[in-house]
Amino acid sequence: MATDVYKIISDTTLTYHQQVKALAGLAESTDLESLPLTDEEKAAMQDGILCDLNEGRVPYRPRYIIPDYSILMEKGSKFLDLPVPTTLLEACTYLNIMYKHVPSITTFPVYLGNLDELLEPFVQKETYENAKAILKMFLLQIDRTLTDSFVHADIGPKDSLTARILLELSCEMQCAMPNLTLKYDPEVTSDDFAKVCAKAMLKVAKPSFANHKMFCEDWGEDYVIASCYNGLKLAGGGYTLPRLRMYELSLKANSVEDFKTRVLPHYVGIMLKFMDKRIKFIVEESSFFKSNFLVTEGFVKRENFTGMFGMVGLAECCNHLLGITDVTKGYGHNEQADQLGVEIMEELEKLVKAHEGLYCEGCGSRYGLHAQVGIDSDGRENSPGTRIAVGNEPIMPLHIAHSAKFHKFFPTGTGDIFKFEETWENTPDAVVDVIKGAMSMGMRYFSGYLENNDVVRVTGYLVKKSELAKLDANGQSLNNASIFGKGARDFSNALDRRVEKYEENSN
Amino acid sequence: MKRIPINRIIPFSNVDGPGNRLAIFVQKCPFQCWYCHNPETINMCIHCGKCVDVCPVGALSKVDGEVKWNQELCVQCDACIGTCEHMSSPKMYWMSVDDVIAEINKNRMFIRGITVSGGECMEYPEFLLELFTRVKAMGLTCFLDSNGYYDFKKYPELLDVCDAVMLDVKASDVEFHKQLTSQGNKTVLSNLEYLISRNKMYEVRTVLLNGYEDMNEKTVRYVSSIVQDHCRYKLIKYRPFGVRKEYLEKLGNRIVSDDVLNRCADIARNCGVKDVVVV
Repeated sequence: MATDVYKIISDTTLTYHQQVKALAGLAESTDLESLPLTDEEKAAMQDGILCDLNEGRVPYRPRYIIPDYSILMEKGSKFLDLPVPTTLLEACTYLNIMYKHVPSITTFPVYLGNLDELLEPFVQKETYENAKAILKMFLLQIDRTLTDSFVHADIGPKDSLTARILLELSCEMQCAMPNLTLKYDPEVTSDDFAKVCAKAMLKVAKPSFANHKMFCEDWGEDYVIASCYNGLKLAGGGYTLPRLRMYELSLKANSVEDFKTRVLPHYVGIMLKFMDKRIKFIVEESSFFKSNFLVTEGFVKRENFTGMFGMVGLAECCNHLLGITDVTKGYGHNEQADQLGVEIMEELEKLVKAHEGLYCEGCGSRYGLHAQVGIDSDGRENSPGTRIAVGNEPIMPLHIAHSAKFHKFFPTGTGDIFKFEETWENTPDAVVDVIKGAMSMGMRYFSGYLENNDVVRVTGYLVKKSELAKLDANGQSLNNASIFGKGARDFSNALDRRVEKYEENSN
Repeated sequence: MKRIPINRIIPFSNVDGPGNRLAIFVQKCPFQCWYCHNPETINMCIHCGKCVDVCPVGALSKVDGEVKWNQELCVQCDACIGTCEHMSSPKMYWMSVDDVIAEINKNRMFIRGITVSGGECMEYPEFLLELFTRVKAMGLTCFLDSNGYYDFKKYPELLDVCDAVMLDVKASDVEFHKQLTSQGNKTVLSNLEYLISRNKMYEVRTVLLNGYEDMNEKTVRYVSSIVQDHCRYKLIKYRPFGVRKEYLEKLGNRIVSDDVLNRCADIARNCGVKDVVVV
């Protein structure tokens, strides 16, 4: 019998880096003593209710780390032996050096900074051609060395030359990395810039549009979007992100009332304790907060981190509790099921808010709810977060209205994805109209792409269909997320979402 | 309150004027164009009942001599439309201005305006006047998509509340226009000049046809001489989708080539049109 180690080192579809990462995960999973699971955690995991999202048994860094890169621009870094950058080439090079040293669950940095703010002063000193040539190499290096689609950069809310060049390059280069978000506020972001962003979103599936006002209300101005669509505090991050799988949770209840009053509070309690335990370990036992240069040089502050309380499968949970078997008449198409969804979320929010979180003073000592996008092994039993099951979406205005009911619950992130047919590429102003409407209704995060793109958004992250084809042919894909994308495509039909087509859109 | 027959409403349209718009397609049109993509919007239902027999889900029935449509049962297979010999549809919504406003309100957040198309929108000028007056008050723009058969000069009040018109000029040659649409083009051409003079033209459109190159060019030259830099001129490739069988024989079963399209676009530009769009 081949050992687990042997399986990894002999697998020809894994790149060298993917093998190293898999071996590290394997090593971590052999330590069952440092942070043991309680019996009720084990049982909840076995029942498929509590899921640690492969975070590992003994966390040695926070899951998501959000460095304040402006410190690098203003002071350089002692540990990295980097002075203050004075030109665009230096700034881009220093950032790329620092990215290499920012840990995360994926081993790659999940946040690259608000690139337009960081780089605009340097871009302004260059000619357009020079700036574009340097930024092109910057993006190329990111795409080929930070080989994981959870690598995420932000732009906006204000228009800038830097952001416009980055968008031009993104369209020309058609790279999956980095993921990109526009912090969007129609009162601050010009219509013209929003149109440029919408056009890029259609052509290369990025940027997504984050509701800047809504995030500012939850976090203040110093928030960022990282990884898939995770709202987190600048100079902080997310310690841990386990999740409740709501469909399996619903199987434990014998009625709606039983679910709300007994089952939900019981398992929320288990997960909150699980989070407390892991956060305590990361802060008190692992070395990160004691010795990592990000901490010692002030790039992150411990109090700006928080715990992320994830959930998936609200759609299937509601359908099961109401005995709905025909999904086309269930959650997303059924007022009673949608209303139950809202009530469950209100209950869940209340329980999570009532808990005093550990080591998250900068976030009001509270953990934040997160609509987790699902993983490939979820299949079709748990739709991402509060989303309607893929392929079962109603027409876009109804879909948006449905999403908007749920987005308020998730300060640490949620989002929906809309697939457009080709004609929308020529009418980005129409896309901006839709997004403006969505945000005014309370939608937090809007992603879109054109049906025939190579770069597509799977559940929250980007992959190239051409890279999935390499995996299909038993080859390797440089992007770690391609493997998740292939699974999500094959087991969750994640690429088969409804397409916004003129003809099908009539009443 | 007066109700008019509406074939359908598309809540999100990115191809019926600027931005995202709610598009309303009314029933009934005085033209019968060879290349009509939705011939079921041309006539009113005469209640012959032929469609009732082909409905696979029993959504159609004949009650007191009238064909009734049950929206709940309908699966939108369009078998009824395929059977209809009168260029009509049993699926129609009789809507009042209030009804249409209610639809607009559902989508108001997402749209910058509405566009009424058809059929021919100007079949219902009084309805439009009331609708547009109320929609303008909601802060939305109001566009018309018209074939120009009815004389806009007779409706100055409607034009006051209409932001702009998208006008089809299908042919400048009157005889060819008669063949192509079953009607003359005198009013169409006078509307072309009148709407431009009132600064109410958003765009003029001409569909380019296979095998009628001389007529394509004649129309493009004529329209271009008037459009100039006043508005956009959109040249549209004939596409065979949805076209009735007898006209596929006349116009062919293929999309007009890019060669034909580009040649006409060059003519338009050479005639002084500043904004030429090809689709």
